[in-house]
Amino acid sequence: MSIASKLKEAMVGLKAGCVTLDYPAQPRPVAENFRGRPVFDAQKCIGCAGCANNCPAREILVFDVCQEIRILQYLGRRCTYCGRCAEVCPEKAITMSHDYETATNKIGDMQQRLDLFMSTCQRCGRCFKETSPLETLKLKGYRFDDLAQERWIFRSRAYLENEPVVDDLKIELD
Amino acid sequence: MLKNLCQRMFGRSLWVYHANSGGCNGCDIEVLNVLTPYYDVERFGIKLVGSPRHADVMLCQGPAMRATARALRCAYEAMPAPKLVFAIGGCACGGGIWHDTYAVLGPVEKVIPVNFYIPGCPPRPEAIIYGVAVAVGLVDKKVAPVEFKQLEMPIPRYHPADLSGRDEMVVYEKVEKL
Repeated sequence: MSIASKLKEAMVGLKAGCVTLDYPAQPRPVAENFRGRPVFDAQKCIGCAGCANNCPAREILVFDVCQEIRILQYLGRRCTYCGRCAEVCPEKAITMSHDYETATNKIGDMQQRLDLFMSTCQRCGRCFKETSPLETLKLKGYRFDDLAQERWIFRSRAYLENEPVVDDLKIELD
Repeated sequence: MLKNLCQRMFGRSLWVYHANSGGCNGCDIEVLNVLTPYYDVERFGIKLVGSPRHADVMLCQGPAMRATARALRCAYEAMPAPKLVFAIGGCACGGGIWHDTYAVLGPVEKVIPVNFYIPGCPPRPEAIIYGVAVAVGLVDKKVAPVEFKQLEMPIPRYHPADLSGRDEMVVYEKVEKL
């Protein structure tokens, strides 16, 4: 009786097979709509910083070196891969890749840094007028995030700090 | 050197202790998922233990919160000497979505030294296995910091002289290089 039940159990065990994945030896594909770490395309990016304004984790920093060059830095530490940056990007420069094997011993390995050319206004040479408080909340203009401390600073200005301000030139937008 | 040391010290089996210091329990579920027969990490000798005094590896989930930072520090100091710390998930790596609120001190590395980071929210169970495999030296890490530089303008530019217009018509011409 007991031997028969043991044999039956052994047969069941043989029939079930092995379910364990042979993962680190064999690659494991993900689903089609899986969102992995975002990949930035520097050739398509126009530097609008919409991704930085929409990031819920404040992971994308923007720093304006001068009027022509803007640095956009993706840190990737606390990124939740929500895909809002890829959704808001007007040029589709951000794609959510299927890359999930991002284990590392230095967290700085997750960074992506983009040096972008910014165009000036081709009529007047400058881009922005003086900001109203509402536009300051929307963070239009030049931005000064702290790249060394990796901190997002809630501030934007119409003029850079080191550039002379031309008051007599009234720029009309809209 | 650290890699060789890890391979020598932790060559046989890793006993892990998982410490949640204020996360949302998502990474906890993924870590327990790793221990199930489907992603069987006991084939690498990894075993979940209930006390930090038995453990070689501490799996940290959740940010270092103001209420739990001291307990996390005590649990780290209770582990015997060759010890590794894994920060699993976006909260432990970078402080999480609520990194700037009053109760969150920041990432786990502000309280205890962290050896390996597994970002993700939550990371897939395969990503956690990959992190463990990186730690014991089975595979190499794949990510590296990337720096891009634009060489030319991504949008066409128009020369200012063309904007003045001829014959009451504004003519736009694309200028290749400015």
